[in-house]
Amino acid sequence: MLKINNLHVKLEEEDKQILKGLSLEVPAGQVHAIMGPNGSGKSTLSYVLSGRDGYEVTEGEATLDGNDLLDLEPEERAAAGLFLAFQYPVEIPGVGNMTFLRTAVNAQRKARGLAEMSSAEFLKAIRAKAAELQIDAEMLKRPVNVGFSGGEKKRNEILQMAMLEPRMCIMDETDSGLDVDAMRLVADGVNALRSPDRSFLVITHYQRLLNHIQPDVVHIMSNGRIVKSGGPELALQVEEEGYGDLLAEAG
Amino acid sequence: MSDTAVQTKEVTPQVSGAPVAADALQTRLDAMHLPAGGFTSAARADALTRLRDMGLPGPRDEYWRFTNPRDFNAPAPAPISVPEKMQDSPLFQDLDRLKLIFVDGEFDAVASDSLGLEGIQIETLAQADEVADHWAKGIYGSLEAAGQKPVNRPFAALNTVSARDGMLIRVTGKPSKPVHIVHRRASEDADVTWHHVIRAEEGAELTLLETGMVGARSNGMIEADLARGAKLNYIGARQAVHQKLELSHIFARVESEAQLKAFVLSVNGTLMRHETVVDIVGDDALAHVAGAVLGDGNDGPFHHDDTIFITHGGLRCESRQVYKKVLKNGAEGVFQGKILVKPGAQKTDGYQISQALLLDERSQFLAKPELEIYADDVVCSHGSTTGAIDETALFYLRSRGVPKERAIVFLVLSFLADALEEIEDEDLRGQISDRLEAWLTRHENQ
Repeated sequence: MLKINNLHVKLEEEDKQILKGLSLEVPAGQVHAIMGPNGSGKSTLSYVLSGRDGYEVTEGEATLDGNDLLDLEPEERAAAGLFLAFQYPVEIPGVGNMTFLRTAVNAQRKARGLAEMSSAEFLKAIRAKAAELQIDAEMLKRPVNVGFSGGEKKRNEILQMAMLEPRMCIMDETDSGLDVDAMRLVADGVNALRSPDRSFLVITHYQRLLNHIQPDVVHIMSNGRIVKSGGPELALQVEEEGYGDLLAEAG
Repeated sequence: MSDTAVQTKEVTPQVSGAPVAADALQTRLDAMHLPAGGFTSAARADALTRLRDMGLPGPRDEYWRFTNPRDFNAPAPAPISVPEKMQDSPLFQDLDRLKLIFVDGEFDAVASDSLGLEGIQIETLAQADEVADHWAKGIYGSLEAAGQKPVNRPFAALNTVSARDGMLIRVTGKPSKPVHIVHRRASEDADVTWHHVIRAEEGAELTLLETGMVGARSNGMIEADLARGAKLNYIGARQAVHQKLELSHIFARVESEAQLKAFVLSVNGTLMRHETVVDIVGDDALAHVAGAVLGDGNDGPFHHDDTIFITHGGLRCESRQVYKKVLKNGAEGVFQGKILVKPGAQKTDGYQISQALLLDERSQFLAKPELEIYADDVVCSHGSTTGAIDETALFYLRSRGVPKERAIVFLVLSFLADALEEIEDEDLRGQISDRLEAWLTRHENQ
């Protein structure tokens, strides 16, 4: 589904190479995790894939279902089925959660040639999904992420994911700032969305999220590249030994 | 040296400035038909004396440095065609309200609702001014006169001198619905002046809406006198083709426990100056004034100036100034806001924020926030910011599939939200918000 080949990325504003030939393939239905020390380029990867300004791709390609991602605007990537759950979801005062999400859903449906959802249809769908995620209906009426706790913000991300039904979900340190219960809720939300035609790329510092979201493959990233890939046991090894030995071994 | 030469040249008119200004004022006055007035005659004569003392403003005057008054000083405005239909439907038309229609500044009794409503007495200035005595006699021109210190406001005096019509509203109770003043245009060169007087008696409450199309040039005024515990909510949203020149003044006197909330929406306009002068004279009173401005220089030159002066003279009073301007394609915004806390006005809570969102590098915002405090136990703060669209928020919205232009509309509405929050009534706030959204959507791709 997601194919990244020899991706080189530098910051636009300074001459600093962040990704240095990263290759990765996530087949349909699989969950891949990326772990790595601070500064290894994990967040850059998520931003470059979803189209944030400020990065320049100097070499390599990334495709989703065979379509080149890197030339698309962020909203076109979303319509193509890509979703990024933010590490720090943004607060937008004065814009209702519901209005925002309905605009997003309908913009994507329009881009895919589908009929827009009516208010009633949308309301019904979002209420059902919110209930599954234990999101209070009151929260839907509030401005986007304003006054939400850390856990509520992350559950709101998962709610957006559930409503937008993306093919490829990238989760950027979704576990950061969450207590154990909040993490379990988020993980349950993600697990409920797992399906044979949907894939996940879970970026995390810690193994503990992977206890709740079982990955098929774990990649270790360092200095802008994937240096080692393996099964879930690789994450356990990181948890016990740290990155030092693994990185030394990978050279 | 060229610098010196320029300086000398600039000094010359100042030396011979007075007679030139007096001539300009006389020409300006000659172009108007000045009513003799009935109960207002003394106030009009006083205002004329004030006006002659002050003269018309020039670009060197302290409070006119950011806004060139030339087009307000000119004897007549350039004509503007009257469009058959506005792009937006009239505001608040589905609301249960008492509708008062003004055409080119004159009350149209046939098109208006009947003036009878429980808890409120409504008359027109033109009719009431035929007699020598009236309840409005102590207010007409007197709040304006009080508001001339310490800052001169010549166009306010000009308004008092020349206004032919307006509403005189005395609120004695809590009328069941808002009063809605709707302006309409008839002629292309209308140079319109109106002057409303509002007296809210003890504990009375009124919501006043003022919308519609004003003339090629307009000079509107409200003098509002709020007795103890009275409450006035004012929402102004003038609509017009772009080229209008608009002056407006609100002078309010707020007694103990009274509450004033005023919100003004401005879209379109070549040159606009809105002055709001609030004098809090009692204890435990509240004054919130707010404005939202949308300006697009692609429609023609755009310059919008909010000049605010709030005086705290009582104990434990609260004031808020919340002004937000969204400017694009070379539009210009100005904010001059002052909080004056008089000696003894302890426990004052004064707040002022002025912010501009510049959607490109050609637009400009000039702000002059001022605090002057003569009491030692007060909380006063002011802030002013100029910024661009938040790139992180923009990316967040787009990453969810919201197209860029639509995402910018969301972020602009988000930017304006604090000002809109000052509109108490949720339904009215929603209608203003929809109006903003419609304008933004029309201007998305410019």
